[in-house]
Amino acid sequence: MGVLTISRQVRNRLHGSWMLISLIFVVLLPFLLGTGLYIKSANLLSNHSISSLLFSTEWKPISGKFGLWPFILSSLWVTILAVLFAVPICLLTSLHITQYAKRWVLSLMHPIIDILAGIPSVIYGVWGVLIVVPFVADYIAPLFGKTISGYSILAGAIVLAIMIIPFMLNILMEIFKTIPEELTEASLALGATRWQTIKKVILRKAFPGIVSAIGLGLSRAFGETIAVMMVVGNVTRIPYGTLQPGYPLPALIANNYGEMMSIPLYDSALMLAALVLFVIVLFFNFASRMAIVRLEKNL
Amino acid sequence: MRKTSRIEERFFRVLMFFSTAFIAISLLLIVFSIVYKGLPSLSWEMLTQEPKGGFYFGKEGGILNAILGSFYLAIGATLLAMLIAIPVALFINVHLRKYKKSTNFIRFLLDLMWGVPSIVYGAFAFGVMIYLGVRTSLLAGIITVTLFIIPIMIRSFDEVLKTIPNGLLESTFSLGATLSETSYRVVLRQCIPGFITSILLSFGRAIGDAAAVMFTAGFTDSIPTSLNQPAATLPLSIFFQLSSPIPEVKARAYTSALVLTVIILLISIFARYFSRKYEKNKIRF
Repeated sequence: MGVLTISRQVRNRLHGSWMLISLIFVVLLPFLLGTGLYIKSANLLSNHSISSLLFSTEWKPISGKFGLWPFILSSLWVTILAVLFAVPICLLTSLHITQYAKRWVLSLMHPIIDILAGIPSVIYGVWGVLIVVPFVADYIAPLFGKTISGYSILAGAIVLAIMIIPFMLNILMEIFKTIPEELTEASLALGATRWQTIKKVILRKAFPGIVSAIGLGLSRAFGETIAVMMVVGNVTRIPYGTLQPGYPLPALIANNYGEMMSIPLYDSALMLAALVLFVIVLFFNFASRMAIVRLEKNL
Repeated sequence: MRKTSRIEERFFRVLMFFSTAFIAISLLLIVFSIVYKGLPSLSWEMLTQEPKGGFYFGKEGGILNAILGSFYLAIGATLLAMLIAIPVALFINVHLRKYKKSTNFIRFLLDLMWGVPSIVYGAFAFGVMIYLGVRTSLLAGIITVTLFIIPIMIRSFDEVLKTIPNGLLESTFSLGATLSETSYRVVLRQCIPGFITSILLSFGRAIGDAAAVMFTAGFTDSIPTSLNQPAATLPLSIFFQLSSPIPEVKARAYTSALVLTVIILLISIFARYFSRKYEKNKIRF
């Protein structure tokens, strides 16, 4: 009996300490990532000022010029456009699913959303090359009297929009579900129609949540790499329109890892690009998550 | 007034219907176009052979190296991630159950990590590899993907564990069970259906990710036989083949995409099946 209890206690201790070690590791991980990337890009940062690196438009690694502005701008274009496409669709669909839809629609849409969320990025890229790029080249560009290959910011944004739809949709549905039933019932009992209830009660109550869902979608879209890289054209230039090719930050990192060891400071510049990406994504995520936490407290 | 509001409601209901249909149709379109383009060059040879000389010029060979490489990588990463994710998720939900502030902080941090793009993990791991002077290898790929799926896994375990009622914990404690016995023998068992779904979904994430393995696992035409050899992966194989100008190679990129899509669909079906199957072993309250 005594031996048994001791071994049980020992096992409890062992499990407990492994749990604690794992937890500490996980909690430290983001700081590890941040400092690691910072140390790696410090070489470049000691020679150039941060603003000249971020806002200079000259990207000539061979002569030591590392201006990230064209890439940051491309990323912003693609991301913002994608979110603009995705938000109305997500809002309408999530309202439909949570407020109106019959049972069979629900049981049909749930697996569809799950599968869309699970499809790998590279498959979206292949689909983009197969469908979206020719579509942009053959139908959209002629509308503006242009002939292009189709590999453009617009194509990237369309692919990206489809990719973030399941992600944003899930968050929005969660948010609409947290709105207390009593509120909508009270509104309906006062004679408001479903749509009036949605407009005046649900959307108003969920507004902070909607904003944060958009923020999360934005940060998800900002870091998407391979699908966008396959359709966006990858030309180092300041993009002036949506039909022009762009070169987002993640694509820059992914495309150049092979040659970065041969040119001095090149690896530092790419690590800086990764750090910029990390900081921007964390910022959007942080702000949106904070807003959601607030929302849940207020309900 | 009344009429306009009715028209408005009609209008938005139609819009809602169309946007819901749009999502369903886009999934169909994606799957259909991949199947349509990928099926013609699907062959037994494609699935069972490694690339031969001249494979990237349209000669014979297959993508077995990438299929196996992806499975090795994803299985390794999933197992390694479970080793950390299960204890952490249990710790948050059993040991720290009463400390709402710290659990909320940990969850918040995990949510932040969840949003970090895989390319950042890839770049970070590559930086560490340069520092240590190691070359691309299966092991490096596994570790990178592990880091990337840990937050995803913990959070989805966590969602399952949240549903455990306090009463279950209290009754096991009152029977004299230690914290670890409660965690592993009672709580973990109760949550197996949900856990299997989470594990399969993380596995799907691991097998489909390209950006994190690009720098770390490398690419090779042979099947890796040890952890310190580089390994090919399906997403990268698709990417490289698609960027070729030769039509035969492009056609095979579509076929490889079809293979990956089928794997992902199978995972999703298995996840549903297992979660239903083990549901009946749960204790009901």
